[in-house]
Amino acid sequence: MVLAGAVASALSSLALASPLSEADIKSAMDAGKEKCFGVALKGQNDCAAGPGTTCQGTSTVDYQGNAWKFVDGGTCTTMQLPDGRKGSMETLDRDIPA
Amino acid sequence: MEPNNHAIGHRALRFPDYPIDGMAGTSFKHEHLPAILQQGRRQGFFEVHAENYMGDGGPPHRALSRIREDYPVSIHGVCLSIGGPQPLDRQHLTRFKALIERYEPALVSEHLAWSTHETTYFNDLLPLPYNADTLQHVAEHIDEVQETIGRQILLENPSSYLTFTESTMAETAFIRELARRTGCGLLLDINNVFVSATNLKTSALDYLADYPLDLVREIHLAGHATQSDENGELLLIDSHDGPVGDAVWKLYETVMVRTGPIATLVEWDSAIPDWLTLTREAAAAQAILDRGAVTDDRGARHAAV
Amino acid sequence: MQPSSLGFAAGREAAPYAAHFAGRLLDPGKPAPPDVTDTGGGGAERRFGIYRNNVTVSLIGALAAIFPTTLRITGPEFFRAMARFHIRATPPTSPLLFEYGHDFAAFIAQYQHARSMPWLADVARIERAWLDAYHAADEAVLAMEPLAAVAPEALGATRFIAHPATRLLSSSYPAFSIFSANRQDAPVGPIMATEPEWTLVTRPVFDVEVRRISPDAAMMIEGLMAGDTLGRAAGEALATFADFDLPAAIAGLIEAGAFCGISTNGARDET
Repeated sequence: MVLAGAVASALSSLALASPLSEADIKSAMDAGKEKCFGVALKGQNDCAAGPGTTCQGTSTVDYQGNAWKFVDGGTCTTMQLPDGRKGSMETLDRDIPA
Repeated sequence: MEPNNHAIGHRALRFPDYPIDGMAGTSFKHEHLPAILQQGRRQGFFEVHAENYMGDGGPPHRALSRIREDYPVSIHGVCLSIGGPQPLDRQHLTRFKALIERYEPALVSEHLAWSTHETTYFNDLLPLPYNADTLQHVAEHIDEVQETIGRQILLENPSSYLTFTESTMAETAFIRELARRTGCGLLLDINNVFVSATNLKTSALDYLADYPLDLVREIHLAGHATQSDENGELLLIDSHDGPVGDAVWKLYETVMVRTGPIATLVEWDSAIPDWLTLTREAAAAQAILDRGAVTDDRGARHAAV
Repeated sequence: MQPSSLGFAAGREAAPYAAHFAGRLLDPGKPAPPDVTDTGGGGAERRFGIYRNNVTVSLIGALAAIFPTTLRITGPEFFRAMARFHIRATPPTSPLLFEYGHDFAAFIAQYQHARSMPWLADVARIERAWLDAYHAADEAVLAMEPLAAVAPEALGATRFIAHPATRLLSSSYPAFSIFSANRQDAPVGPIMATEPEWTLVTRPVFDVEVRRISPDAAMMIEGLMAGDTLGRAAGEALATFADFDLPAAIAGLIEAGAFCGISTNGARDET
């Protein structure tokens, strides 16, 4: 039977590691081993955890706050992508009307 | 909504009932967790925004649970929109109640402001006029929150940048009357008092003289930013992105002399500094609190004599 | 529309202050509400502008926090402009800010100025899935034992219960390669990948994990997540991909923590 063999083979290929207990988790936190709480990719230092609410105003002024202006951008010029396209931005100077 | 076994699980895992009176605390930021745990258990408390812990699970709950094992926490609601004219979001209120049951906070607070209109959530604390109409519906909202969660909430005074032509009451009178009608306590944000007084060209000391200090259970201190309006008038922004200003420290000492020690939070929510810098700011508040406690003791001894 | 101060429409109808604000906060073409003043009884454009600015800056900041890779790829100026269009067209409808941005990838896909980056929307989808996984309910992931305990003849009818954090995303572009190269601080070299890619997002214990999976394993996992039996999901992948490595795919889905339980005969077998 294909499935039984496949499952047996899959299980035998896995290292025997039991899941972390709550106590393991607490000691890992206390030892500072879990610095980021949500690393995106193993081995990469990415602490991004998404947005939080605010109960404060901001001192950052959004200079486009009163306009509908398009800002050209795009910095991924090193990317080589399917069908020979480059990742660089084409210049699009047409503004979107308000 | 919550399955029963979850509620039982939370009840079985009750957190310690740490005291919070007379303590200085800080906003809890996840990046500080390793440093907080490394320093070992200390005096103090942490405040969190309720809405950031309303996900089903994951790292936020792990971090807050860990902190709650060692410290009292204050749960600070940002989005109930108590000051808005429309009915409260029942689903959101249910989530708020569940969070309070789960973490057994020492303090629960919300804002005299609104943030949702119809179906849009604006992510800002927006102002309201102070008059008989708004007094009535805000009081109804506070009643509804307190009945739902089964405990008192503290209401925080806002920072203001403008006034409404329809206002007929002073903010202090409005807040005093809300507390009288609903039995809510107060969270006095002294930075907001200073920011509003500067922006509206009134006196912060007059505000505090007219404010019902006897109902205050928590104080907020924070930093603000300086800008100007189109007429070149000074405008302060309640930005929480730096140390507490000197004027705010002075007002805080003035209040402490009159009230005695009250749980005090240093809010720092943008351009967040390292843990050491934040603890120094809280230690400055704690020093003022401890001075007040000494005065209090002396007063008590004198009274006993 | 004039506010009523006569009291005949007491309560909510007589309190238009929120509607006045709400209609103007996201529309920079409109003046400040008629019922607000500065300290001298004058206009309050600059002062109302503080609230407008708070809303705009904080919501752009929210999208930037949810989509840091997209931000890195486009650069901050481009991102801010794109995000500003989106928040004005589709502001949040939930006070849970971490739920915002579910429509952002679709917005990017039709955003005129992002047409030269047709893969950008798929990168944004991975980022949104990352945050879904981050906040998903806590469940222990499926361990080896429950699967090992299933009788060989019952394996075909076994169903898998997806972990609440698990998300499977397909892209016609190498979205995973672009995502993983940019969701970190190191410099990004040329990305040579050209094939369509499948991305699996899971959260086994603490951390959200993002991995690329092969199209055959993706087909099986997609079937299992949809509630197909192991027999059917594996069978379809075997029929479609001649060199499908079934044992590796099963080991991979356990290792990734994609599932949190199995059921045989409709009964759930907890981990």
